[in-house]
Amino acid sequence: MKHLLSIADLTRSDLDELLDLAASFLSVTQRETPKVPALRGRTVVSLFFEDSTRTRLSFETAAKRLSADVMVFSVATSSVKKGEGLRDTVATIAAMGIDAVVVRHAAAGAPRRITEWIDASIVNAGDGRHQHPTQALLDAFTITQHRGRDLSGMRVAIVGDVRNSRVARSDVQALSMLGAEVTLVAPPTLLPETLEGWPCSSAVDLDPLLPDLDAVMLLRIQHERDASTRFPSLREYTARYGLTEARARRLRPDALIMHPGPMNRGVEIAAAVADGPQSVIGEQVTNGVAARMAVLWKLLGAGGDVV
Amino acid sequence: MSGSGADAAMVLRTTVFSADDLRRAHTRIAHEIVERNRGAADVVLVGLHSRGPAIAARLAAAIAGFEGTEVPVGTLDVTFHRDDVGLRPLHPAGPTVVPVDVTGRVVVLVDDVLFTGRTIRAAMDATTELGRPRSIQLAVLVDRGGRELPIRADFVGRNLPTRLAEDVRVRLVETDEVPEDTIELWGPPETAGEEVEA
Repeated sequence: MKHLLSIADLTRSDLDELLDLAASFLSVTQRETPKVPALRGRTVVSLFFEDSTRTRLSFETAAKRLSADVMVFSVATSSVKKGEGLRDTVATIAAMGIDAVVVRHAAAGAPRRITEWIDASIVNAGDGRHQHPTQALLDAFTITQHRGRDLSGMRVAIVGDVRNSRVARSDVQALSMLGAEVTLVAPPTLLPETLEGWPCSSAVDLDPLLPDLDAVMLLRIQHERDASTRFPSLREYTARYGLTEARARRLRPDALIMHPGPMNRGVEIAAAVADGPQSVIGEQVTNGVAARMAVLWKLLGAGGDVV
Repeated sequence: MSGSGADAAMVLRTTVFSADDLRRAHTRIAHEIVERNRGAADVVLVGLHSRGPAIAARLAAAIAGFEGTEVPVGTLDVTFHRDDVGLRPLHPAGPTVVPVDVTGRVVVLVDDVLFTGRTIRAAMDATTELGRPRSIQLAVLVDRGGRELPIRADFVGRNLPTRLAEDVRVRLVETDEVPEDTIELWGPPETAGEEVEA
């Protein structure tokens, strides 16, 4: 495996291996010295053309815990501001001698294009509305940590701005591969025009689903991608789709409450629910580092075809 | 660590240990560990995946039997500390779980076969990341020679000089789905007795 661009590129055994590795690395991150020399001498560049705190920091932490060298490319202070195009930017970075590039870009498919230009391993850290495979991996890892590897018959609802969500696309693929039944829940205007090819169902009403769910994942309303023009008001959105305290009480006591972050507290999730006992939102962040260590190791260390 | 085991042309050279031999070797090694450390109070047995944990558990059971001391048993995966990352496919063989703080204790690393010493080097690095043991010792069932690093075992079941093309095959009840333990030496059919490149 040279790149990680989309969950759709993974086989079930790839996914199983990544989840096994994530478990190994989770135990590494819990040690007093949460670091192993596995990727000593390798260089990982984080190249983020879109804003991010947790994903960028998570990848950088993951790379450092594997003893890789990390270079951070900050678009805001770079020659991109002088008009340098993506291809030249990437070629320049590649010429410095690097092993992997972690890319986030507003354009779907940008990471795949980059694989055609340079030799390094490319990890997609979110491309437009297309894919966010490491988020799906950490979400799947979080659920399997609680429920075991086989998610057959488990019901997962992904609620909110599905239309704009690369997380939803990637999550549906990963969770359905493990056997879960995923339902996308949103106002019709926030659902994709067609669900053809998506291994999931959709619903417009959240309330009837609540008592049967094993996990509910709330998505952020993406103001920067026009989401808030697609329903009458935030207050109305919260009234029908927000995971309020009243709705959370209708969940099974063992149902997991998830959010990929960043949260709009009081909009898609009530503050008390986000901080409540069923919330695994903090675990998702912790597991994110382990999942990204698994990806970097799998691309740069495990194969034996790199050197 | 059992060398180049995939070669179908290999033939059985000799049985190094029968199940009974191996039982006696475990008992002797367990006694040596206790003798060397004047008791077992500070000893932690740490088995290296994949067969070390089973061997460590046997040694602990033996020590409990004659000494009455319950020695903590841990498991160690050294994949992420190896020096051949990127040179061959590597996959973690199991979890690293050491149930006690190793600082100030005697850590006895336990493995089936000692060969190049590279696994043990990685294991020493992985161990010192868990704490600062008073000392690290090494127990192996077979020392097959061929060291590439300045490492030696403290407790050895049997010294067995081997050639590179030969393969020490360890089969344990706990790890290999066999009815009884065996350790065998396999090698290419004797032709001119030449050193064969692995």
